[in-house]
Amino acid sequence: MNASASSTPDPVIDTEFVRRWLSLATSAIEHKSGWLTELDSAIGDADHGINMHRGFTAASAAVEKEPSDTPGEILTHVGRQLISSVGGAAGPLYGTLLRRAGKALGDQPTVSAEELRVALRSGIDAVAQLGRSERGDKTMLDSLYPAVEAMGLALGSGSGLVAALTAARTAADEGAAATVPMLARKGRASYLGERSIGHQDPGATSAALLIAAFAEAAGADTA
Amino acid sequence: MTGQRVGVVLVSHSADVATSVAEMARALAAGGATAAVAAAGGTEDGRIGTSAELIKRAVRGVDDGAGVVVIADLGSAVLTVKALLEDKELPDGTRQADAPFLEGAVAAVVTASAGGDAAAVAAAAEEAYAYRKT
Repeated sequence: MNASASSTPDPVIDTEFVRRWLSLATSAIEHKSGWLTELDSAIGDADHGINMHRGFTAASAAVEKEPSDTPGEILTHVGRQLISSVGGAAGPLYGTLLRRAGKALGDQPTVSAEELRVALRSGIDAVAQLGRSERGDKTMLDSLYPAVEAMGLALGSGSGLVAALTAARTAADEGAAATVPMLARKGRASYLGERSIGHQDPGATSAALLIAAFAEAAGADTA
Repeated sequence: MTGQRVGVVLVSHSADVATSVAEMARALAAGGATAAVAAAGGTEDGRIGTSAELIKRAVRGVDDGAGVVVIADLGSAVLTVKALLEDKELPDGTRQADAPFLEGAVAAVVTASAGGDAAAVAAAAEEAYAYRKT
């Protein structure tokens, strides 16, 4: 793996790690909210940035108020907040992802990188099922699946958490960029048919921001 | 007809749409006792969108013990109901009908008012897809 990854010691995945992730994800979404909405105004209803910002701000505030003892509990809590506060399709989709991942982590106070990967994978599968969607439909799945697969390959070849999440971040960014030539098959963008081609999917883009926040929470250099 | 009736909840991105369709369905079902119908439209602060809280409140409000059939319009409304059902955040006996919004609402409220059970109410709403107009 690359030099920066091998020089960074791998942190423990505990509640502090998940809180760091939430805080980094919330500020990334805040900073990119305008861009997400701009992408969504091309093929959606121009509310993705605003909705995500509202949801993550509410989730951060709720998690700060309520003490959680395990990583799984925090993810489940964030998921519930997103379902109740986003107001668009991203709410039930990301909410389901995080609730399912949180449940998969169980009540362990710390989890391994592989357990995190398996939990994220089961959350992503739940999103696919909820939206009756698959890769190539021009959705968040187009950055999420490549991300967990890259993470799995890295862990399988002996890499640690930082290197694996760095690989996931790169794959998610590439996955989001790869939605540009796709024809949207789900959501409002699907009504546009051929006219959805040529625009990057806002959901795949926000999903890549959430994956990047995991890499940064682990201590990876800012991309 | 006496006893419990199935409740119907209409979830739309727009509060006006949900309220108006509920009103129309009630009016078309009138003649005897009408089933409980609740509208869950828009977000809690009055914007276009979907509110999980409004949906939960509406379902609880019409739940008489005989079940509740939810009909949603599009996208996030459909997904939010599905996510709430999967997470068991709605009372037992609640189901989502795969139905066109307005036609399904009328069919559901008429059937529920006539004393149909939850399966019959959902089926009536879903059959509304088959009404051809030309």
